[in-house]
Amino acid sequence: MTAVAQAPAAPVRVHTGKVTQARVIKSEWIKFRTLRSSRWSLVAGVGAMIAIALLFSLAMKSHYPHMSAARQREVDPVADPMRGVFLGQLAIGVLGVMMITGEYTTGMIRASLAAAPKRLPVLWAKALVFTVVAWTVMTITAFVCFFLAQSIFSSIHLNKTLSDPGVLRAVFGEGLYLTVVGLLGVALGAIIRSTAGAIAALFGILLVLPVLGEVLNLTSWGDHVNPYLPSNAGQQIMALTTTSPDMKPWPGFLLFLGYAVVAMAAAAFLLKKRDA
Amino acid sequence: MIEAVGLTKRYGDKTAVYNLSFQVRPGAVTGFLGPNGSGKSTTMRMILGLDNPTAGQVTIGGYPYPKLPNAPRQVGALLDAKAVHGGRSARSHLLCLAQLSGIPARRVDEVLGVVGLQEVAKKRSKGFSLGMGQRLGIASALLGDPDTLILDEPVNGLDPEGILWIRNLLKDLASEGRTVFVSSHLMSEMALTAEHLIVIGQGKLIADTSVAEFISRASTGSVKVRTPDAAKLRELLAGPDVTVSSSVEGTLQVQGLTSDRIGTIAAENRITLFELAPHEASLEEAFMELTGDAVEYRAPGQKSAGSAESAETVGSTKPAGSTKPAGGASDDPTTTDVEVNA
Repeated sequence: MTAVAQAPAAPVRVHTGKVTQARVIKSEWIKFRTLRSSRWSLVAGVGAMIAIALLFSLAMKSHYPHMSAARQREVDPVADPMRGVFLGQLAIGVLGVMMITGEYTTGMIRASLAAAPKRLPVLWAKALVFTVVAWTVMTITAFVCFFLAQSIFSSIHLNKTLSDPGVLRAVFGEGLYLTVVGLLGVALGAIIRSTAGAIAALFGILLVLPVLGEVLNLTSWGDHVNPYLPSNAGQQIMALTTTSPDMKPWPGFLLFLGYAVVAMAAAAFLLKKRDA
Repeated sequence: MIEAVGLTKRYGDKTAVYNLSFQVRPGAVTGFLGPNGSGKSTTMRMILGLDNPTAGQVTIGGYPYPKLPNAPRQVGALLDAKAVHGGRSARSHLLCLAQLSGIPARRVDEVLGVVGLQEVAKKRSKGFSLGMGQRLGIASALLGDPDTLILDEPVNGLDPEGILWIRNLLKDLASEGRTVFVSSHLMSEMALTAEHLIVIGQGKLIADTSVAEFISRASTGSVKVRTPDAAKLRELLAGPDVTVSSSVEGTLQVQGLTSDRIGTIAAENRITLFELAPHEASLEEAFMELTGDAVEYRAPGQKSAGSAESAETVGSTKPAGSTKPAGGASDDPTTTDVEVNA
């Protein structure tokens, strides 16, 4: 058959190809862009964020003239349209988790790790490809949302610009926060290795912990714990008004990044140590 | 060359592979046989550095797999056909793996041609049949044009034409001087493909031998004789080391004499012979003989092994006699096609 015809008498052997970090990164990039599911996760996240920015801005605009003065003062033309971040984090978190668990659930991981037996380059490459893609797409989306919202708010003269205090940091920080959410997803995916389990853990940490933390507010423990919870700390970078005196925007974000780094280190240790 | 020395793998208090030592030499197809759960796949995963041995080590060309400087070009593996993300096309899947060691895209198209998947190269592998998935797995194993091939159950799910194809492919690869290590649950398939066998049971080495020797070791050395003068021949054959039994009228089972000798004795005494057949065990029989006690999972009601009839059959149980050895051992009521899944 074809096989017989294909096999040359003196096969040309090419034994120079080493598995380098750069090659693993390129391989992961091919993996990322050849899956429809990764594209759809991004599209869903971007779409949800833009839709919510438009929804909030347009609703505010039409209701603003009928609001009480007190209610009018509460309108925040930067933070309100940014609420799409809570939907965006679902999409980007799932995308991060699936970067790894997609390989474990299909068995692809065995092919990947057999071809890259040092293993860790695969994790680093996944984290890097994810970071670059997620950060680029989410940062662009954050600015698109901001400018769309401000163009709507300009008709009621509430619009803000990036030069207003804290605004540039908040909009830029939205992309950063979402990227780290996804990275935490990548790390949890590598630790837990099942899609459902890793998604539950990720959103348990991001969404459920702060709710449980509120119980602590009844005691004196609340102030010592709640600002340090991952999502509470991480979201400070998007805050225009300081919600917690104990946690400033950048330290909060760095703490959040620190959690992701610790999770990634645990993932690396387990990937190296465990049977694939 | 694959070399295992004292390879041991424990999961908790369960020992999957115990003190396994063997060599797989280049230039021949080496079959890897063992009953269900005997540790074949675990062993293959340890060879590929996916599982860490509890004790002992296994090397390829002198290196433990993770230390190979360019593993994807030295070793090609098919562990299971489903080690593929179904959302990706066959070609994209191979491109990801090729990129890891800088294998050019034209090699991807080349191996797609070798396994006959060019026409569905752009289709997502989710919709592939088991046989197509198997071909894709074989394509990824061939990608780096490796010196060593490790294939876990490659004929699984292939149609007869595909089985013939893989048989020839493996033989060709071995004849080019490569090391080819293949596990299969089809004993008859191994008899046709492999030259050498490594047989394990309950994680322990049972045999490391050539296929021919493996069969002859299990052969009883008896000769079946069918003649109208059974009583007369029986008297003539009698001797100190000879036992003659007869379960069917006109048929003798002779032990202790070669068929040449029996034929000569019959001719000298002008006795007509209808049939004169030395009994040679099939690979299935030889296998059951050796692994009888090593079968871990057995359906209730099955006799403990020792003859071919107690084969662990999952799936294709062919009608009796379909794989009978040439000698036609009529004392075996059924000779089943033994399936032993890893």
